[in-house]
Amino acid sequence: MDFNDTPQEAEFRKKVRSFLEANAEKRSTLAAKPKGDSGSSISSAGAPETVKGEDAAKVALDNAKEWQRKKADAGFAAILWPKEFGGYGGTPIEQVIYAQEEHDYFVHSGYFEIGIGMLGPTMMAWGKDEDKKRFLPKMITGEEIWCQLFSEPSAGSDLAGIRMKAEKDGDEWVLNGQKVWTSGAHFADYGMIVARSDPTALKHKGLTYFYVDMKTPGIEAKPIKQISGSANFNEVFFNDVRIPDSQRIGAEGDGWKVSLTTLMNERLAVGDPPGLDFDQIFEASKEIEVEDGLAVKNSEVRQKMADWYIQSRGLQYTKYRSMTALSKGQTPGPELSISKLVTASKMQDVSSYALDLMDMSGMVHQDQNPILKNLFQNGYFFSAAMRIAGGTDEVLRNIIAERVLGLPQDERSDKKLPFNELPSGKN
Amino acid sequence: MNFDFSDDQKLLRDQARKFLQDKCDRKSVRSILEDNQKNYDSDLWSQISELGWTGTAIPEEYGGLGLGMLELCVIAEELGRALAPTPFSSSIYIFAEFLKSYGTDEQKKKYLPHIASGEKIGTFALSETNGKPKPSNINTQHATGKLNGSKNPVSDGESADYIIVAANSDSNSNYNSLSLFIIDRNDPGVSISNLDTIDPTRPACTVDLENVACERLGDEGSGWEMIDNIFNRAAVLFSFEQVGGAQVSLDEAKKYSLERFAFGKQIGAFQALKHKMADMYVKIELARSNAYYGAWALSTDSNELPIAAAGARVSASEAYNYASQENIQIHGGVGFTWEYDCHLFYRRSKLLSLNIGSIRQWKENLISNLEKRNIV
Repeated sequence: MDFNDTPQEAEFRKKVRSFLEANAEKRSTLAAKPKGDSGSSISSAGAPETVKGEDAAKVALDNAKEWQRKKADAGFAAILWPKEFGGYGGTPIEQVIYAQEEHDYFVHSGYFEIGIGMLGPTMMAWGKDEDKKRFLPKMITGEEIWCQLFSEPSAGSDLAGIRMKAEKDGDEWVLNGQKVWTSGAHFADYGMIVARSDPTALKHKGLTYFYVDMKTPGIEAKPIKQISGSANFNEVFFNDVRIPDSQRIGAEGDGWKVSLTTLMNERLAVGDPPGLDFDQIFEASKEIEVEDGLAVKNSEVRQKMADWYIQSRGLQYTKYRSMTALSKGQTPGPELSISKLVTASKMQDVSSYALDLMDMSGMVHQDQNPILKNLFQNGYFFSAAMRIAGGTDEVLRNIIAERVLGLPQDERSDKKLPFNELPSGKN
Repeated sequence: MNFDFSDDQKLLRDQARKFLQDKCDRKSVRSILEDNQKNYDSDLWSQISELGWTGTAIPEEYGGLGLGMLELCVIAEELGRALAPTPFSSSIYIFAEFLKSYGTDEQKKKYLPHIASGEKIGTFALSETNGKPKPSNINTQHATGKLNGSKNPVSDGESADYIIVAANSDSNSNYNSLSLFIIDRNDPGVSISNLDTIDPTRPACTVDLENVACERLGDEGSGWEMIDNIFNRAAVLFSFEQVGGAQVSLDEAKKYSLERFAFGKQIGAFQALKHKMADMYVKIELARSNAYYGAWALSTDSNELPIAAAGARVSASEAYNYASQENIQIHGGVGFTWEYDCHLFYRRSKLLSLNIGSIRQWKENLISNLEKRNIV
């Protein structure tokens, strides 16, 4: 038992390190550095930020694109992609190593993760050769940003329940409806979308998958302001949006199968959400006074912190177990499926408890907040979203129960009826 | 990254599991539970001793197999799965570890070969009263080579041939007063009376000492330090036992939920139960990972051990307590009958979360060790 890289892994890590050292700025302060190994984040925006002016957003995007370009030139932008599309042709363990190393630096890769992590692999699996040649290289370099148009107001956890209409008109399709929770729709150049092409077919059979140019007339993205005050997501409206049939990915009616390719890759990409964790509350507890002195000396506080510590490190060591399998070229066991479920609730508990420790001053939500710069106030809001985004706690428990433990699936009324005859609560 | 047991260690695990399925079924666990005269399964004890399990991590020169602590972790997990009613933990995780770490060469030669062969059993006597053992409530006294006092509860005391006793070697009763002494339970000054426990397959007793002859183990006055270290080592081993028991609790809950029908379907198809079992799985996986980290720290003599051990101990205690308690809940009415096995795990899990200090205490250990590390 050890935590050492194999010689090949060590060699790769060295390459990554020297690239990062030469090209990026290292993180230093604890508040800015949530503990954890991987740098991938749950949404393109990553950790919560208050809404800033459009200029600031543009600067951030330009910086991210510049960074992505450097990464692509060095070959690190898409470690798992084959070389023919500009990828590194690497292994999952190399991807993990890269993410671990990049996590220590102030860089933003979030804008490109959905494209490189999920949509690119979907196009590789199902797309036409000319599309792969045209789009994949620019996805890697960040020249073109992609978004994923899946969820709808009436199709969240039950994703196959989407209602976006796709009607065929000659060589074209006409899209009408609404998507929601789309990260980055307001700056994305392209999107991949799944829509209902046959409402009289069974729910999972009547879907078709396309890509769209986000500048196509009739598409309108509106940011959704969240309880955190940030706007990381959008609702996207489609009004008589006409696209050629050549933008279809996979056969008509195969939309669900194609979507599963996208979603399977989501599980790899969305492994390690940014964290407000044990380390942050442990530090804060050394500054906050409670009834009998410093919080860190209070027995109840210590008991609580111990719980968060074992969750936090338990997840980290669970990741080491999965990495061990990857390192040996094996498929990891199902153990990592617990990651987001534990992380999101822990973050909510930690931030809510930290505000309680701060007593009256916990009410204050200003940038000059003396305790770790608002970290817990932000976390209080952000964690509520985290328990839902990328699979709600309840969906994740179902997945563990059914796929890991092998318990029976829920009884469903939506598998036998045509989609347009399903109870929807709206008819 | 190689954060896993080796193929050889996994082979050992498979063999141990198969052996215990054969030789330590629920019937033999119940035979100890239900027989007041028996403290442990002596047949099982001789067989696992013959297999060399008792000597796993004892060096060859002292009669052991000279394998490592990782192998002992593997065996611990299997003993936990099987609810093995033996004094393995008292004799091997604790007594043998004390001797290995603090015994003189002469003491090691005198005691370890008998412990490794399973022919003798050792244990440790610390607690004297309700609540956490601490300098102010240890009254057993050493003077001129004799011990006087009373210890309870002492795990496996009735079965033990040798007992390590914590006693004050000066009259101050402070942190630096405590020393450790080895006694022979056949000394005429030793009287032992059985105590009922929440898990009668893991017995305990009161040990009264009246002018009992003893030999000192380790440095005078460094008792608490030695206890902390050995409890850290034992905590990792216990955490594997606990993970083993927790996993079986989940497996049995799952099995029952698939066999039992209510409202026209398997009860395991109800989300309330599915989600409960998902939560059991989450806690067990966290505990397993924390236990692995403990195993790494233990097997490499890392200075991370106090933190790794406390993390493993807390995580495993909580997982097993939760899994065994919700296993009863998922079984419904039959879950709290004597006939069904759920209570065997419910008893064992709670006992294991108390025997070398409570969850509360280990959480405190964890945070204070993290504070110490921060200062360093």
